[in-house]
Amino acid sequence: MSSTVAPHAAAPRPDLPATDGHAVEPRENYLNVDYGWKSWLLSTDHKRIAVMYLITIMFMILVGGSFAILLRLELATPAGDLLQSETYNKIFTMHGVVMVFFFLIPGIPAVLGNFLVPIMIGAKDLAFPKINLLSYYIFLAGITLTLIAVAMGGVDTGWTFYTPYSSTYANSQVALAAIAVFVTGFSSILTGLNFIVTVHKMRAPGMTWFRLPLFIWAQYATSLIIMLGTPVIAITVALVGLERLFHIGIFDPTYGGDPVLFQHMFWFYSHPAVYIMILPAMGVMSELVTAFSKKRVFGYHIMAFSTLAIAVIGFFVWGHHLFVSGQSTYAGVMFSVITMLVAVPSAIKVFNWVSTMYRGDVWLTTPMCFAIAFLGLFTVGGLTGIFLGAMGFDIHVHDTYFVVAHFHYVMVGGMVTAFFGGIHFWWPKMFGRMYPENMGRISAAIIFIGFNLTFFPQFILGYMGMPRRYHFYPEEWQVLNVLSTAGATLLGTGYLLPMIYLPWSLKFGKVASKNPWGAKGLEWQIDSPPTTFNFDKVPIVTEEAYAYPEGSRHQREAEVV
Amino acid sequence: MSSVDATGLAHHFEDLEQQHESATLGMWAFLITEIMFFGGLFGAYVVYRTMYPEAWENGSKELDVFLGALNTTVLIGSSLTMALAVRSAQHGKNRQVIGFTFLTMVLGFVFLGVKIVEYHAKWEHHLIPGPHFMFEGHLGGHEELFFALYFVMTGTHAFHMIIGAGLMIWVILKAARNEYTPQHHSHVEMIGLYWHFVDIVWIFLFPLLYLLGRHGHASIGH
Amino acid sequence: MQTGIPLFPENASTFATPVDTLYVALVLVSIVFMVLIAGLVIGFAIRYRTRPGSEGAKQIHGATSLELLWTAVPLGIVMVIFVWGTKVWFQISRPPAQAEQYYVTGKQWMWKIQHPTGQREINMLHVPINQPIQLRMISEDVIHSFYIPAFRVKRDVLPGRYSTMWFEATKAGTYHLFCAEYCGTKHSQMIGSVIVMEPADYERWLSGAVAGESPRDQGEKLFAALRCDTCHTGLQGARGPDFKGLWGQKVQLSDGSSVTFDEDYVRESILIPTAKTVVGFQQLMPTYAGQVGEDQILSLIAYLKSLSDPAQGGAKP
Repeated sequence: MSSTVAPHAAAPRPDLPATDGHAVEPRENYLNVDYGWKSWLLSTDHKRIAVMYLITIMFMILVGGSFAILLRLELATPAGDLLQSETYNKIFTMHGVVMVFFFLIPGIPAVLGNFLVPIMIGAKDLAFPKINLLSYYIFLAGITLTLIAVAMGGVDTGWTFYTPYSSTYANSQVALAAIAVFVTGFSSILTGLNFIVTVHKMRAPGMTWFRLPLFIWAQYATSLIIMLGTPVIAITVALVGLERLFHIGIFDPTYGGDPVLFQHMFWFYSHPAVYIMILPAMGVMSELVTAFSKKRVFGYHIMAFSTLAIAVIGFFVWGHHLFVSGQSTYAGVMFSVITMLVAVPSAIKVFNWVSTMYRGDVWLTTPMCFAIAFLGLFTVGGLTGIFLGAMGFDIHVHDTYFVVAHFHYVMVGGMVTAFFGGIHFWWPKMFGRMYPENMGRISAAIIFIGFNLTFFPQFILGYMGMPRRYHFYPEEWQVLNVLSTAGATLLGTGYLLPMIYLPWSLKFGKVASKNPWGAKGLEWQIDSPPTTFNFDKVPIVTEEAYAYPEGSRHQREAEVV
Repeated sequence: MSSVDATGLAHHFEDLEQQHESATLGMWAFLITEIMFFGGLFGAYVVYRTMYPEAWENGSKELDVFLGALNTTVLIGSSLTMALAVRSAQHGKNRQVIGFTFLTMVLGFVFLGVKIVEYHAKWEHHLIPGPHFMFEGHLGGHEELFFALYFVMTGTHAFHMIIGAGLMIWVILKAARNEYTPQHHSHVEMIGLYWHFVDIVWIFLFPLLYLLGRHGHASIGH
Repeated sequence: MQTGIPLFPENASTFATPVDTLYVALVLVSIVFMVLIAGLVIGFAIRYRTRPGSEGAKQIHGATSLELLWTAVPLGIVMVIFVWGTKVWFQISRPPAQAEQYYVTGKQWMWKIQHPTGQREINMLHVPINQPIQLRMISEDVIHSFYIPAFRVKRDVLPGRYSTMWFEATKAGTYHLFCAEYCGTKHSQMIGSVIVMEPADYERWLSGAVAGESPRDQGEKLFAALRCDTCHTGLQGARGPDFKGLWGQKVQLSDGSSVTFDEDYVRESILIPTAKTVVGFQQLMPTYAGQVGEDQILSLIAYLKSLSDPAQGGAKP
């Protein structure tokens, strides 16, 4: 750090409110150390990159969410009266592409992971700060390509890009979307690689593997999946692009190509990608539940190992997406049994979180409300995953709304709920301000109710036989669809609230102390917001994660009175 | 902003050893992702080879083993010069780094030149997959799949070589400024690892594409 | 329509009860776990809530016996579910030998169906009750999926490869037929009806429907029209193999391997004759790709199959 202290850094901040009648003069931190566009856009500070990711990803949620609202509005009536079929198909495709590749996958790693991984292990930055910045710009390039594809007419293949529809028959911007996915993959890969090296090589003295917070274990396992899986989706979509541009025949049955091979290659990545989404969410959960129960996590080691187990077993279950596609029965049986096995470590985690609350000192802040919502929604999502892993059952509900409901419970009910919980939890650390606590609890409640109202009816619709990606549907299913649309309106409101009060709190929120929750963890020992190098001197770790003393109680300093 | 001191130590590392170890681990991790990237292609190759052994045999016979073997030799040679460039960098001999890196680049371009000759021959024989593909007078046929994979696999490999050559220009520029010292030469080592990886990929591609089919079953009557 | 929100589709095939039973069992297991987890979470959140005078957190590192318990119990439960699900799968995926063969061709965006007796229909499938029916399906373009919720069956319909499914309807009525695999613009309109009829009604329908030739007879005509018979004469020294009695048999190929003489092999040989040549024959056959559609290939297959069926005047395999 030679030249980065801006001349006006020490100037008084007129935008800061007065507390107790005294003007606050915050010490230098990563936010006020420098101003101007360049100091942000060219920053290699992991915290600033995390903030840039946060803003970008929030924008993508709004884009993907608007698509979702259009879909639900269309489905309020059985006839396709709001949109043309072609438009409807493009909108559900773009909803999937935007949400999966630009929100669910990067969400927690790129925002919370980027911000917290170095701090939680006591490092000044990630191992490769420039590569971190590069990964952000690659991500931005992926988004730009996607938005260009939308502007040029959109894509109508579904986010799964199944061949030969995508490679030969679709009459939309498939090649451009494939390039966008390809490019975005490299952003993930670089982030994953950075985390792996950072966790291996940059831990502070005394920070042994089994003193790592479980959030770090989750990021580490996720990074492994990203590194092993993402290259395969990259080459797969590249082949689809080549097939589309040059008709080389790799997935075209006319030349002996096998469209089902595409499905194998696609799900080889895209099923583990589900764990890329949910493992970091589980990491966040462990932090939230321990902090707000004032307790050690129940069974640290089994929590860490179950994280790795999910990552490893998750690579061998992809074939459960192909039970009715025409893979051999014996392959199906293998994939079914392994799918059942992957449910076990998830079950262990749920029980351990619940046990962590036992005899704790439970403080129902907004993040804890989100954590409890996660437990409810993820459990439903996980249990229905077992339904789908049972082959005889899957035949009937495969590609129906049952599947749609299941993966929304896991991804939205799981990942998004944990993401919002995490954002609220670390908000004071990231920006030095408290959010309005009661508003937070209200939004968590609205999201929980709205979510169930939206997606629970879809389980019933799915069992009744409503196929997914249907623009028109038989009239007898309208009641359930209207219920779902009504729920979606509520859910949308629930998500919009934090997007209003969080930015509001940047200016008007109460100034946060170092450790408003009284939580353990290195991130709570440093300033809020942290300085550019996080630590004044390298911390020396002497205790295990979550080493709350016997009889700990919350001071509840953050409680809104 | 990350900044680097006079010894080449970036601000966020404790010492040069930690920095070097991180770079090495990062490069190995990157190569693992590369293995998975090519792994997708090798997977597709294995599936289709099992489905269409005869087409694979026919396709393989169209490839020029002499040129393939020549290229194998050239590439192994370039790995040697690359290793020598790394060794020179470890000793801080910047002039030798320039020489060996340049030689590696030249060998790389020889490889790519031979590849262009081979691609051109395929073009003339209508073996480029797509609407103009013809195999022994037939349209279509599974041989087209073989050639599709041949072009995608060797093309991806060639693309990696071009990136490698670009990185070498960067090494030469740094060496010209005498930047490599016995303590600070990670770049050259990392690029060396990458180049050896690209070499190893070819060591797999050559037998799989050029050689395996030749030892297939007795040929079918024409 | 009944009042209230129905929870199950109609129970109209032999698969419906096994699948519904599995479903109900799964739902019950889920309810038990949900009540347990939700009860504990809400209970702990209230009982141990922080408040003035609360006793504070008791630090517990874990309990191996408990962790083993909730590893073993879920493992046992999912293994039971796995075995049960797989049993249902085998029931649904193994057609009985006496199943009647129907042919289905999917294309954007319609279902074309041909009865064993030759009747063709589009987006409608009339079937007799209590009779195992096997569908042999192929797509002319992209992947579709043939789905009848009331029967609890579904199977992807692929281009370039035959897939099959079977069912036995148990209740007369009209049921939804859907395409379940996204196939383009009018995916949601690639729908139809399955009409299950009493045998007598079905016979009446068959005789009233525009009775075309049977697939076998069409295939025989096509075999002559395409001049297949110039090489596949069935005589000694012919340029192509004799098909009599060949169906279902292993055929030796020129590269030393062998292949079963079945639907997929016949289809491939018509479209890409060079792919797998029978030993002792030269590669003389031109491709018929672009000249015959999937429907016609199915007719040719029906004809070749009849050549090995003594009941239809063919030779014994």
